[in-house]
Amino acid sequence: MADTGVLETLLQRVEKVDDGVDSLDVATSLGVDHQVIVGAVKSLQALGDVISAELRSSKHWELTEEGTEIAEQGSHESRVFSCIPLEGLAQSELMKLPFGKIGFSKAMSNKWIRVDKAHEGGPRIFRTVESIEDQVREKLFLVQKGNSTQLEEKEKNELKKRKLLSEVTVKSYWITKGNSFSTTITKQETELTPEMIASGNWKEKKFKPYNFEAMGVAPDCGHLHPLMKVRTQFRQIFLEMGFTEMPTNNFIESSFWNFDSLFQPQQHPARDQHDTFFLSDPAHAHQFPQDYLERVKKVHSEGGYGSQGYKYDWKIEEAQKNILRTHTTAVSARMLYKLAQQKFTPVKYFSIDRVFRNETLDATHLAEFHQIEGVVADYGLTLGDLMGVLHQFFTKLGLKKWVEVGNSGVFRPEMLLPMGLPEGVSVIAWGLSLERPTMIKYGINNIRELVGHKVNLQMVYDSPICRNPPTHF
Amino acid sequence: MPTVGVKRDLLFKALGRSYTDEEFDELCFEFGLELDEITSEKEIISREQGDTKASGASDVILYKIDVPANRYDLLCLEGLVRGLQVFKNKLEAPQYKRVSPLSGEPQKLIITKETEAVRPHAVAAVLRNITFTQERYDSFIELQEKLHQNICRKRSLVAIGTHDLDTISGPFTYTAKPPGDISFKPLNQTKEYTATQLMSLYKTDSHLRHYLHIIEDKPVYPVIYDSNGVVLSMPPIINGDHSKISLKTKNVFIECTATDQTKAKTVLDMMVTMFSEYCAQPFTVEEAEVVYPDGKTCIYPELAYRKEKLSSKFINQKVGINESTEKIAQLLTRMCLLSQATGVGDEIEVEIPPTRSDVIHACDIMEDAAIAYGFNNITRTTPRTYTVANQFPLNKLTELLRQDLAAAGFTEALNFALCSQEDIADKLGKKISEMRAVHISNPKTAEFQVARTTLLPGLLKTIAANRKMPLPLKLFEISDVVLKDETKGRHSTYFPGRCADIFVRGKNVGRLGVLHPDVINRFELTMPCSALEMDIEPFL
Repeated sequence: MADTGVLETLLQRVEKVDDGVDSLDVATSLGVDHQVIVGAVKSLQALGDVISAELRSSKHWELTEEGTEIAEQGSHESRVFSCIPLEGLAQSELMKLPFGKIGFSKAMSNKWIRVDKAHEGGPRIFRTVESIEDQVREKLFLVQKGNSTQLEEKEKNELKKRKLLSEVTVKSYWITKGNSFSTTITKQETELTPEMIASGNWKEKKFKPYNFEAMGVAPDCGHLHPLMKVRTQFRQIFLEMGFTEMPTNNFIESSFWNFDSLFQPQQHPARDQHDTFFLSDPAHAHQFPQDYLERVKKVHSEGGYGSQGYKYDWKIEEAQKNILRTHTTAVSARMLYKLAQQKFTPVKYFSIDRVFRNETLDATHLAEFHQIEGVVADYGLTLGDLMGVLHQFFTKLGLKKWVEVGNSGVFRPEMLLPMGLPEGVSVIAWGLSLERPTMIKYGINNIRELVGHKVNLQMVYDSPICRNPPTHF
Repeated sequence: MPTVGVKRDLLFKALGRSYTDEEFDELCFEFGLELDEITSEKEIISREQGDTKASGASDVILYKIDVPANRYDLLCLEGLVRGLQVFKNKLEAPQYKRVSPLSGEPQKLIITKETEAVRPHAVAAVLRNITFTQERYDSFIELQEKLHQNICRKRSLVAIGTHDLDTISGPFTYTAKPPGDISFKPLNQTKEYTATQLMSLYKTDSHLRHYLHIIEDKPVYPVIYDSNGVVLSMPPIINGDHSKISLKTKNVFIECTATDQTKAKTVLDMMVTMFSEYCAQPFTVEEAEVVYPDGKTCIYPELAYRKEKLSSKFINQKVGINESTEKIAQLLTRMCLLSQATGVGDEIEVEIPPTRSDVIHACDIMEDAAIAYGFNNITRTTPRTYTVANQFPLNKLTELLRQDLAAAGFTEALNFALCSQEDIADKLGKKISEMRAVHISNPKTAEFQVARTTLLPGLLKTIAANRKMPLPLKLFEISDVVLKDETKGRHSTYFPGRCADIFVRGKNVGRLGVLHPDVINRFELTMPCSALEMDIEPFL
């Protein structure tokens, strides 16, 4: 809030006139910086309709730095005149002085001095008149005092050419009486303070109205990443449905568990360099349950367990290759194998974790993403059961067009029987990516804006809570 | 999933009726396919190369249909139509027969031992008295291309060669020779080339250059000759121009060379079952004899029919329906799996034709029964599996920590597990050899060289990418890192005198401190930065 004194003075000025006052003029007449008056105008505006202030643009003449110097010390030409004694001054001497060069030519054209070129000892300068009037300085004084209107345009432009004056556009306010004009100011409070509450004097105070156009200050807080928020929700859904979380804290997997145990043949395109990340170090895995491995080899190459098999040469070298897992189904396989080594009990498993694909990258595909997987193993499960579980899961999610979002199916006997799971046991499974529903939910089109180090943190700061079922999907 | 493009009007003509796009979409869905796109050649070119290039192209409507990856019998119009007609009970699935030649001996393909080093297997067959039209011819060529891309694994496992039998004469010899010794006029060329010259010539061919590597560096290249020394083909690259098929061709000799015998047989069966439809005696295929280096012989194509017995109870139980044995047999027959109740209890005998090499277990038969029944007709049920859920302790702890870290005012980041060697070593003032990191073979870019051994670089890169954000920036991440075994690092990552190890019950679980200015510079940051990194597994 500007100084009350200035405010009241300004109001008094406005009161005296019928039309209005210009803020620049007020500043000049009070001898204060224009910004002080501008501040006063703003403060008065905040109080309501006390004054009306119209922004104006006006051109205003000002002294340049050089012009200010001359106003102080006199023009170059007058200084030249002053330093020439009765006996004259050698031109060479004069030129040594800083104001010499310009001053000399100006003084010459004003006919204040003359040069005797033929003088012995070099050209010599003499006064031609007794005294002079430093008109340039006078003019500059006028402008300095704010009386530039007393000069003719021609005169001002000449000084402008000499770079002593410049024309500046100045914004000023045209201040007139407002609807609630008064010369007294009642101070408005901004905040309720503890003192006011204690003393009760809030009753006598006026409070400044809120500016609802202004942004508030965001409180300092921490934020969770939206993808992780959605992950938390999915985790919650699975736990509510009785699914136990699988241990997926291993990004590295052997081809055996990732492909062979799932009955995916070794010549399958997904196992090639273009889709899978192979490791150069450590390149191979060596620990496998040997009997189980033999059974897997047999079912691939010869068949068995009611299957024709693929009839190709299964190679252990392929199975030993270490990779970055392409799906978390490799973990499901490990869990089912483990389950088969003891007396069978029905289970429901889930996992949500990172997988890796060496595919072409684009707006919706990255090399790393998160897979959500659910598995149910029990006697006598049917396709009807698979559809029922999917329906329940996606209903809890609030997803309408769920068909296109994920994959589902029944694990093959060629996968389950070599593990040692009992014949009547069926295992149903389904999966989807975590990124896709998150991008839909948060309206993000490019996956790079969601995952990785180039993500805009403002997006993380601003992302709302993840609710199910959502209002749109 | 492979996509088959068929001309809509041809398709409807073969199906004997028209459909609206919605009706056909529905039909595809019922059958287990997906109508992916309705377009035209003109539209495709326009989209890929711009409108000017597309101006002369065809406006004819094309249906692009997605087909399951193992259904080689649905990769051409002929197979699709056959499958759909049988599914709609408009047609009985044909019985494919291998027949002897009307007169004389079967065509012979003699394999010499030289092929062992490069491409040992071959099979062959003859399509007798076939009639081609432009459409049939185009479909014939297109199927070979589709099979080459899918089951043949881009010709590396199997390559198909088709020839006008009337331009060549058997017996045919499949051998392998040094590239300089092979010379012939290849398809669409006007003069003879040696194989060596062809390898150079095709390096700039946008289509063929992808297959050169299959034989390029071998000492001998595969080649098939007829009895007069005419080159039929140099698999898997190119056929000879002499024996090329035209619309006038009446008799076709098909040879498939391969590194996988089983796949070669499947591919040959697929070619002949699909196109024998156009032979004077439809669905008959004339046999050919393959003679092996050891003198043994074998007749092809196999065209084997296989029988499996299963119970309707099995189908009902697995699908979750309750249909009679006869009904189930009917459902399966509609899927080209000709079935009959045997009369012994609820037993069904299913005949699996050579076009269904994808059916390798009774569960595949069950799947087809479900498709024919209609997935949308299956009642949704809930498994009565009672289970109590457990959280994985590490994840449970992580969730609790995440909440409290955010409550403490930190923002969660999510960074990539793969990064450059520099990120986890040099930039942190360490040597990669000391890091015991896991390395990726043939990374496409430096960003895929190693798996992260620490979470710190990811966070620093996040800060560097968010320079304009107001300070302070407080970030955290709780996630997996990949370690070959424990790293005992020097603390050159931190500013001397401003770091400390964290001990819990006598065990070093991590460290914290002010980052060394060199580290800050290497990550292109400017502000001082403190970091804490800790293993949470000891807290489980």
